[in-house]
Amino acid sequence: MIPEIGHYALILALAVALVQASLPLVGAARNDLALMDIGRSAALAQFGFIALAFACLMQCYVVSDFSVATVAENSNSAMPLLYKIAGTWGNHEGSMVLWVFILALFGASVAAFGRNLPPSLRARVLSVQAMTGVAFLAFIVFTSNPFLRLNPAPPDGNDLNPLLQDPGLAFHPPFLYLGYVGFSTTFSFAVAALIEGRVDPAWARWVRPWTLAAWVALTIGIAMGSWWSYYTLGWGGWWFWDPVENASFMPWLAGTALLHSAIVAEKRDALKSWTILLAILAFALSLIGTFLVRSGILTSVHAFAVDPRRGVFILAILIVAIGGPLALYAWRAPQLKLGGIFAPISREGAMVLNNLLLSTGCATVFLGTLYPLFLDAINGSKVSVGPPFFDATFVPLMVPLVIVMAVAPLIAWKRGDLAGALGRLWAAAAISGLVALGTYIAVHGASVLAIFGMALAAWCSAGALVEVAQRVRLFRVPFADSVRRLLSLPRSAWGMTIAHFGIGVFIAGVTASSAWQVEKVQLVRPGDTVDVAGYAFTFEGVVEAQGPNYIERRGTFVVTRDGRPVATMHPSKKFYPVQQQTTTDAAIHTFWIADLYATISDPDEGTQEGGAPAFPNRADGAWAARLYYNPLVPWIWIGAIIMAFGGIASLTDRRHRVGAPVPARARPAAAPAAAE
Amino acid sequence: MRRLLYILPLLAFVAVAAWFAVGLTRDPNRIPSALIDKPMPEFQLPALAEIGVPGLATSDIHGKVALVNVFASWCVPCRSEQPILMRLAREKGVILYGIDYKDQAPAGAAFLREFGNPYAAIGVDADGKVGIDWGVYGVPETFVIDREGRIRHKQIGPITPESLNTTILPLVAQLSK
Amino acid sequence: MMLRGLLAVVAVAAALIAQPALAVLPSEMLKDPTLEARAQTLSKDIRCQVCQNEDIDDSAAPLAADMRRLIREKILAGQTNQQILDFLVQRYGDNVLMRPPIKPATWLLWFGPAALLIVTGTLIAVAARRRTAAPAPPQLAPDEERRLREILERRT
Repeated sequence: MIPEIGHYALILALAVALVQASLPLVGAARNDLALMDIGRSAALAQFGFIALAFACLMQCYVVSDFSVATVAENSNSAMPLLYKIAGTWGNHEGSMVLWVFILALFGASVAAFGRNLPPSLRARVLSVQAMTGVAFLAFIVFTSNPFLRLNPAPPDGNDLNPLLQDPGLAFHPPFLYLGYVGFSTTFSFAVAALIEGRVDPAWARWVRPWTLAAWVALTIGIAMGSWWSYYTLGWGGWWFWDPVENASFMPWLAGTALLHSAIVAEKRDALKSWTILLAILAFALSLIGTFLVRSGILTSVHAFAVDPRRGVFILAILIVAIGGPLALYAWRAPQLKLGGIFAPISREGAMVLNNLLLSTGCATVFLGTLYPLFLDAINGSKVSVGPPFFDATFVPLMVPLVIVMAVAPLIAWKRGDLAGALGRLWAAAAISGLVALGTYIAVHGASVLAIFGMALAAWCSAGALVEVAQRVRLFRVPFADSVRRLLSLPRSAWGMTIAHFGIGVFIAGVTASSAWQVEKVQLVRPGDTVDVAGYAFTFEGVVEAQGPNYIERRGTFVVTRDGRPVATMHPSKKFYPVQQQTTTDAAIHTFWIADLYATISDPDEGTQEGGAPAFPNRADGAWAARLYYNPLVPWIWIGAIIMAFGGIASLTDRRHRVGAPVPARARPAAAPAAAE
Repeated sequence: MRRLLYILPLLAFVAVAAWFAVGLTRDPNRIPSALIDKPMPEFQLPALAEIGVPGLATSDIHGKVALVNVFASWCVPCRSEQPILMRLAREKGVILYGIDYKDQAPAGAAFLREFGNPYAAIGVDADGKVGIDWGVYGVPETFVIDREGRIRHKQIGPITPESLNTTILPLVAQLSK
Repeated sequence: MMLRGLLAVVAVAAALIAQPALAVLPSEMLKDPTLEARAQTLSKDIRCQVCQNEDIDDSAAPLAADMRRLIREKILAGQTNQQILDFLVQRYGDNVLMRPPIKPATWLLWFGPAALLIVTGTLIAVAARRRTAAPAPPQLAPDEERRLREILERRT
């Protein structure tokens, strides 16, 4: 019964989406309020039906209903409950339901919270949003039905891929999709604006909270994915330039450019066609990412199971969903009125540079990810593009961006004084120089690149602090005054400072962990001690334990430093009998400014083909141990979280809830001049 | 002129979509051989004990059109391929040589006793070094060698009846003329 | 405390970017730490042909282990990095390199980003220059100017 209800709910959602995609659009053209209002109720109804379908699917997983094909393929009765629930989206069909769920969630949010929008704009936005919904609901109903039944039902399921049986699965995809799919809203806003033929500061202001929400979610989603691969894949790396990682990174880059471009559109009515194009591109990249992951066109450890039919269907969706708006853009964008004029050295000019560098960075990642495919399609030759390429081409683009990031907020709108801005940054330059010097002294043989990286990180974070100090006139007015100014700063100013500061933290984490990691790979027997960066790891052997759906061999390392105990670490190997897979679970002990990281593995692994034993059984009890000291590695994800907090701070800015113009209120005398 | 700029994103996308369409017809996991039309690598491998055919060296293959098949006892698809190879050797008279890749000798022998031995000679490549010289990255793989000792085709994965009839047999016939 | 930790670092890898080599086994590693470091740096440039998204140091595939042993043997035999890479490319094609070679087929890949930056930057600069040369706002006719003055005076 439940699967049937879920199936019908999806079909009903598709029908409602069809209505939502058409009638409000007609209503907007005819200025018919009744028709336009259908958009709102339809959006809420569509969300309701999809939520119902999602709940039904989850219920099937929770009760382990193996008559449903996807449950039989991806679940198992012995699996812990958390993974039964999260396993709902741990496969292609279920994750597509999550996809449309979030799409409909954003649509319903615009319907519910978009009261400040003019009716015609809102109607058009909901219609475009529904068009995307129609496309993907059709995709699910016709090619990826999660409620297909098996008859007879198997007695038990195939179990979820052991790599996915981790709390990360509960959080990473939902956040990622909130971001990824969230950009659909800005996309809908952009297309609606093109249909209306008008892009003005009001539009830019209305679109900003939706952009911020999607950007924050995507930042968190990507950071989570990175952290998850760090601790679970046993590789200790946190970014591999894997095609699927790039597929989520590209929308992030476009989304960041979009955020900044929209600020200029809002404040100065400039960069309008840039902003519209970026809004289309951000979601276009999300769609392309969806295509790449599910069509089998690229190899990736991350890709879902492949069916060429699905690839063709999604490609068709891409052609309509991206080609259409881009054609509309080519036709309508030239008609948008040109906005405010500005000098090359100005806040707007810096934003143009920001857009340029981020877009080129995005294009670089795009090129690198898809080049093997392009070349293969042309002449069948195979090249592979790996991390060395991206390190050589992407990173150099980001360096000037980060340098400018500290300067830009200090440059005035319309016509700025570069020398003055640079002069005001003397404190940041000084701090940066001190950090460089300190790094050089503290780390023997520190490379130029690493010193530069730390200095850049310091420049970025210090620059953000210097800017806010300027704004509150620190040391130039009484301290209490500065504090008062600080507290009454608009939230979006807080957001910028926090986010830019977080980038510096991130850069420091990347630099230090890449340049100064200490690695020890050795054979250990019970009682052996290994020294890693001054920490003594003593191996105490391995014990076997039974888990709900796995057999575990659990190692123990006692870590001391200068004789004082620091931690006890338990790296392990888990063997899952149903899937016949072994996972390596690293043990991590964090000091927040560094990580200790340990894994154990079979010392003879890889020397035997085929049916090698899951666990070694050496008489001497020796295991291969890989022990690491990773300096500043937690700052990679802490930096990302700080960035996300900045975005959230901006989101809560009261001005975003302003809709139609309200009479200006007298501002308190102590409020800082609107210098942004 | 300005109008032209606005069309660029659309044109770029059309190109990308066309490439995707072509890409859907390709398999990204297949790596074509870098040794096509190049002479086969020089090697000399010991025989597989208990089977009774000699070991394999480059000089043995030189001068005839032959198939070199890389197999192993732990390779599951090899089992479905073996009957096809047996028929090839017996009915079509194609000369087959085998390389037992990264296998323990008793296991390799047991595999051939169970599934049949179509090979005129077998070399045991215990550590996989010769495999690397052939650019082997998976098992099974089959190479078609011409009279001059050049590699003319590499079959990735087991030989299916389809690949046999459309590619391999016609090529062997052509090279034997 | 962190400084002391950093001071205690014994840099095994002389490379600028050191990443963990999580599939290298103790039994494979060379005795000489400099040579071993060189092997690990070189491995970052070699793609495993089985697990095609990992380099041979990260991949647990047996073929990756074979390649790791192979490059270490060649390093001990005195071959240069380029010779070792050429050896592998001869057998597996360009696909075995993580960093695609710079040849006409890959010019677009390697020079594309820089070219894109320059072209787009130039277009923007040209467009900006054209805009700052925008015509001055039209002058008001005398009677329009009078009306404007009247309106302003009425307001104050």
